[in-house]
Amino acid sequence: MKGWLSLRLEKRLAVPRGLEYLTLALSLLLALAVIAVLFRALGVNPIVAYQRIFRGAFGSLYGLSETVVKAIPLMLVGVGLTIAFRARVYNIGAEGQLLVGAICATGLALARPNWPAWLLLPSMFAVGFIGGALWAMIPALLKARFRVDEVLSSLMMVYIASELVNYLVYGPWKGAKEMGFPYTDKFSPSAQLPRLLPTRIHYPTLILAVVLAVLAYILIQRTKWGFEIRVTGENPEAARYAGMNYLTTVLLVMLLSGGLAGLAGVGEVAGIHYRLRYPQGVSPGYGFTAIIVAWLARLNPLAVILTALLLGGLLVGGDAIQVALGLPVATMYIFNGVILLFVLGGEMLTRYQIRLEWRRKT
Amino acid sequence: MEAQDIMWDFILLVLRAAIPAGTPLLFGTLGEVTAERSGVLNLGVEGMMIVGAVTAFGVTHSTGNIWLGVAAAALVGGLLALVHAFASITLRVNQVVSGLALTMLGLGLSGLVGKRYIGMPPRTRFAPLAVPGLSDLPIIGPLFFRYDPLVYLAIVLVPVLWFIMYKTRWGITLRSVGESPATADALGVNVFRVRYLAVFFGGLMAGVGGAYLSVVYTTAWIEGMTAGAGWIVIALTIFAMWDPLRALLGAYLFGGVRVLQYRLQPLGISPNLLNMLPFIFTILVLLISAGEAMRKRIGAPAALMQPYMREER
Repeated sequence: MKGWLSLRLEKRLAVPRGLEYLTLALSLLLALAVIAVLFRALGVNPIVAYQRIFRGAFGSLYGLSETVVKAIPLMLVGVGLTIAFRARVYNIGAEGQLLVGAICATGLALARPNWPAWLLLPSMFAVGFIGGALWAMIPALLKARFRVDEVLSSLMMVYIASELVNYLVYGPWKGAKEMGFPYTDKFSPSAQLPRLLPTRIHYPTLILAVVLAVLAYILIQRTKWGFEIRVTGENPEAARYAGMNYLTTVLLVMLLSGGLAGLAGVGEVAGIHYRLRYPQGVSPGYGFTAIIVAWLARLNPLAVILTALLLGGLLVGGDAIQVALGLPVATMYIFNGVILLFVLGGEMLTRYQIRLEWRRKT
Repeated sequence: MEAQDIMWDFILLVLRAAIPAGTPLLFGTLGEVTAERSGVLNLGVEGMMIVGAVTAFGVTHSTGNIWLGVAAAALVGGLLALVHAFASITLRVNQVVSGLALTMLGLGLSGLVGKRYIGMPPRTRFAPLAVPGLSDLPIIGPLFFRYDPLVYLAIVLVPVLWFIMYKTRWGITLRSVGESPATADALGVNVFRVRYLAVFFGGLMAGVGGAYLSVVYTTAWIEGMTAGAGWIVIALTIFAMWDPLRALLGAYLFGGVRVLQYRLQPLGISPNLLNMLPFIFTILVLLISAGEAMRKRIGAPAALMQPYMREER
């Protein structure tokens, strides 16, 4: 009886489409089952929790509209990340780029409150995009020029951006009428995005997100740039051999993903809060959740529209169990982590055929 | 007192505080160095540390025994690491994303488990362990020989790990798996087993690092208390160029930066801007080590982040 049971994976030549979707669905279900077991072990009734999450997110018009509200930043950031991840540039710092976008838009809104809305709002989106893109340029340049790993440098930029927001809202930008809260003053009406009343859906940002998802799809699938991005991601050596400029590709995808994250930040301050708040007040980790949004969508920008709604629902449901069951906000990260692990694992299993075999000890 | 004396006292104060501040980073870095030497990048350090922190606090609180708390934290850190090992080694999931998922999972679990411990006082703490004879020496005594036992454990682990890594068969096996798994396999090494063990060890160490934060350094459970320490560990691993001795240097250096951050606050510098220091410093560390790695051509284990497939060798 000497030996061990070993799991062997053999590469499939072609993955059937149906199998891919089936695996995705099964992975999600399994992830939910595992989370239920974890919840039970930690003293939370999973059935009650799941009911609350589902009802909170999709069970009412209010819940549904809030799901869309949270899906807006996830879509914008997620679409940007699909572009970066396609080139295998791991921009993990979207959260920071979002915050810097929010800072830039706030700066303009506070400095030019009297500009008419038709000028101020587009300008806020523009500076937000530029801000997010520039924040992403730091890790991008470090990677392109000095080969510094972008995972860590972009992540460090998140903490720096977060402290920058804190510095501003506790310091120079602290509102005069905010009774000691770490907020800036409220924006003038011309710096506030219109909403689909009675909901909080700031539809200009939603339209922008959907349009950009379509544009990103066309960029990746139909243009020469998109082709270079894909080749760089799939086979960097081949890309270099074919004379594609690796540096340009890295800078381009970081610029786009950072800029889109910046737009998401603008949407939050101009469409939801009408002011800059402390970092967690602006974003409960949209930049990180969007990583899952992009990966669940299998790096397809159009599919991001759907997965952003799914994860948006999860965030709204999370708020619901937080209120109803008194669970900390961080609990929702369990969903993020487990779902990501199972979806990735499932994806690998579709690409390989599993063989269990008994290996003799030699 | 003269200005010179004040300055000297300040330096001593910072140095003395830098070692405990750097100890959780040192544990984490030693673990990550080992895992990466086998070719597996584990970005889940932050998650394993924070789960270690909450486990250590909880177990210490309910048993009244710190050592039990630390042991439990190590075990839980190791178990979490196995999740990453299974995903990245067996299923060959992208190591970057799998590690991120582990960090998210860890942050979530610690928040849920830790809710009941928020605001609780510690039931017991370590007494500083003075090394007989040496601790009475002027300057050097208080500086190096009056800490809690975990500080010494970390320091002892450094040469032990260095010796194992460079002077023993185990070490050669570990490094060969990280450099060229196919060659190691051909020589009869079980690549998968070595990687699993290395990643598991990384988890044990991250768990202890987290435990240090909650039962020794802060003696409280605060949600999100690792606050990026796990990420700094990953940067330190690069800074240390996958060498335990350099890890010691890097961890204490970073401990010093953390301490300075508190010491400079009374001078009227915004605490938020000071909080950026460790992260700016981390980016500088990445930049310096990237440059040096390029120059000397010594750097990451060659097979880092590459899943191994037996059939494709």
